[in-house]
Amino acid sequence: MSEENKTIENVTNSEYKWGFVTEIEEDAFPKGLSEDIIRKISEVKQEPKWLLEWRLKAYRHWLTLEEPTWAKVKYESPDFQDIRYFSAPKQKPKLNSLDEVDPELLATFEKLGIPLEEQKLLANVAVDAVFDSVSVATTFKETLKEKGVIFSSISEAVREHPDLVKKYLGSVVPYTDNFYAALNAAVFSDGSFVYIPKGVRCPMELSTYFRINAAETGQFERTLIVADEGGYVSYLEGCTAPQRDENQLHAAVVELIAMDNAEIKYSTVQNWYPGDKDGKGGIYNFVTKRGLCETNAKISWTQVETGSAVTWKYPSCVLKGDNSIGEFYSIAVTNNYQQADTGTKMIHIGKNTRSTIVSKGISAGFSDNSYRGLVKVHKSAEGARNFSQCDSMLMGDKCGAHTFPYIEVDNNTSTVEHEATTSKVSEDQIFYLNQRGIPTEDAVNMIVNGFCKEVFRVLPMEFAVEAQKLLEISLEGSVG
Amino acid sequence: MITIKNLHAKVAGNEILKGLNLQVNAGEVHAIMGPNGSGKSTLANVLAGNEAYEVTEGEVIFNGKNLLELAPEERACEGIFLAFQYPVEIPGVTNSTFLKTAIDSIRKYRNEPEISAKEFLALIREKAALLDMDNKLISRAVNEGFSGGEKKRNEILQLLMLNPKLAILDETDSGLDIDALKIVSKGVNYFRSPENATIVVTHYQRLLDYIVPDFVHVLYKGRIIKSGGKELALELEEKGYDWLKTDEVEAV
Ligand SMILES: Nc1ncnc2c1ncn2[C@@H]1O[C@H](COP(=O)(O)OP(=O)(O)OP(=O)(O)O)[C@@H](O)[C@H]1O
Ligand SMILES: [Mg+2]
Repeated sequence: MSEENKTIENVTNSEYKWGFVTEIEEDAFPKGLSEDIIRKISEVKQEPKWLLEWRLKAYRHWLTLEEPTWAKVKYESPDFQDIRYFSAPKQKPKLNSLDEVDPELLATFEKLGIPLEEQKLLANVAVDAVFDSVSVATTFKETLKEKGVIFSSISEAVREHPDLVKKYLGSVVPYTDNFYAALNAAVFSDGSFVYIPKGVRCPMELSTYFRINAAETGQFERTLIVADEGGYVSYLEGCTAPQRDENQLHAAVVELIAMDNAEIKYSTVQNWYPGDKDGKGGIYNFVTKRGLCETNAKISWTQVETGSAVTWKYPSCVLKGDNSIGEFYSIAVTNNYQQADTGTKMIHIGKNTRSTIVSKGISAGFSDNSYRGLVKVHKSAEGARNFSQCDSMLMGDKCGAHTFPYIEVDNNTSTVEHEATTSKVSEDQIFYLNQRGIPTEDAVNMIVNGFCKEVFRVLPMEFAVEAQKLLEISLEGSVG
Repeated sequence: MITIKNLHAKVAGNEILKGLNLQVNAGEVHAIMGPNGSGKSTLANVLAGNEAYEVTEGEVIFNGKNLLELAPEERACEGIFLAFQYPVEIPGVTNSTFLKTAIDSIRKYRNEPEISAKEFLALIREKAALLDMDNKLISRAVNEGFSGGEKKRNEILQLLMLNPKLAILDETDSGLDIDALKIVSKGVNYFRSPENATIVVTHYQRLLDYIVPDFVHVLYKGRIIKSGGKELALELEEKGYDWLKTDEVEAV
């Protein structure tokens, strides 16, 4: 083995630090999926009839679909009848204040670094905490209400703001979109709902924290964010799961709607359990995220993906309105036997629409990391511009990095630029930093952080530091 | 400061250093000259602990410690500094982040507290001014897109910031224009003190007009075949190396 590989071999044996299980009584449905189960989910959540109908239509459509296989990932496909579709901590039927939340749950989130008592939170971040299938608490609701901002679990929004939900649910990601989007529409249990009224700049960062706890349970959350004309919101999602030997399925849908002149900034720190160092266990993360931009609107997706055994995720922007802007900034780290196939789609429809794609893939161990992106410029999108930069970094020689850019241009007044690089953390760089007194592990972190800089820069301040730490932990042990 | 005895080292299976001896004391400046491929950079890399180079025989004592047993970062923390012949680029990492991390790593090794941001800033401004370096270079990524001369100047900035005990300068003068050569020399002379020592690897006598050495050594085929005072450099400038390639060398 060359020196280079020996060095790199040693930085990849980290422990997943969020792998504990909360002992809590849960109400869970029997395993399996059927119209009955869907009716039961809808009933438990006291949903209106239209939503049940929508779920059932989605389910019937899903039955006609095949699981997609085009992604560059290999895994044993989940047995959809062996999954529990609903599981919730036992609790009083309605929560009026945090005092009524099971202390065990509060302790769980505290342990994850997400204290739910408002006074302990970062002063400018409101949190919605989702535990297995339900939202357990949403903070700072009152403060937000003063501005007319709605931030609640989606179940609550269905009850409190049925018109808004009915109008927008499925409007960007219809249940017919793909296999997992159909499944999600049929069985989604909870998630967050945000509405920013006209001309309102949301006074704080909004954040949802997802925690899978129960075994053999799938997580199917659904997030819907609507920024009305001229509104602005910055939203962050985080997630973790216990360490278990079997794979668990997470199939979420996120829909963003940015009306004229509105802006939505959506940041993700994805840290689902990645499986152990031999590739056993871990979350299957099959997610559909898409945003719609009206005139002059802007949507930015920023993601730091370090977790999950298998990731299949392409946050996209439909640039419908003239002058609208779509951005995608991504860091995807894979280590050990993780597999990620992630990227974005930028669909240019309006005139002078602009999109920027910056993707940083880091592969270590035996992992496989693919960027898959589509830039489509419709005939109507005069003067559209796209710039894509896809960089891959390899640590060691047993991992893979792949880039699959698809470019479809039907308008000759547009400009599409694509740049791609692949680099290795070189032994020379590590030696250079060592020679200045910096130990190898710190040297690797420094090189990786430098590589990801353009993405860290666009993360909300509070989370950039967290994301940086997460990256370090994810690559711990991959160079020595 | 450093005593090198009978040093043999291999790279990619070939023996490059073949029994090298050298003693450098505090306060001294030693120049090492020699034809291309004679092993000058190899010596520098071996002393700094580059793992691509394998030491097969000999010993190196640095301030009482067995240098060859230490990891590269430990050697750096003990006070060895190598100004690289070809400094590498670290994209995305600013010079100042890099230097602060380096200083703090060394301080940590010595059980000293981290340098405060204020102190660091004052220090880097002072040293950069001394080297006539634009502040822009400090906030740029380490060596990324730097010109050859800027890279070399950046090495000397690091030297002044880290203030080591033994500085090894590997062809820091090559690729410098006359003005830059003077500035870099000024930096090195500023560094010189009775407490530290410098090994200057160079091909040109001209550098030694500015950084005046106490000793000049000729490295040839992995051994030091001649040592003298600064006048030896002048002689080499005039005569080249041929007259030194005597049977004395071939015989060994
Ligand atoms: N990594 C390496 N792999 C193979 N050979 C090497 C390597 N590094 C050095 N060498 C060889 O070792 C010999 C000595 O190289 P070294 O770089 O030490 O010479 P030098 O005296 O510094 O030369 P120059 O004056 O050209 O800088 C050369 O023949 C060189 O090709
Ligand atoms: Mg050399």
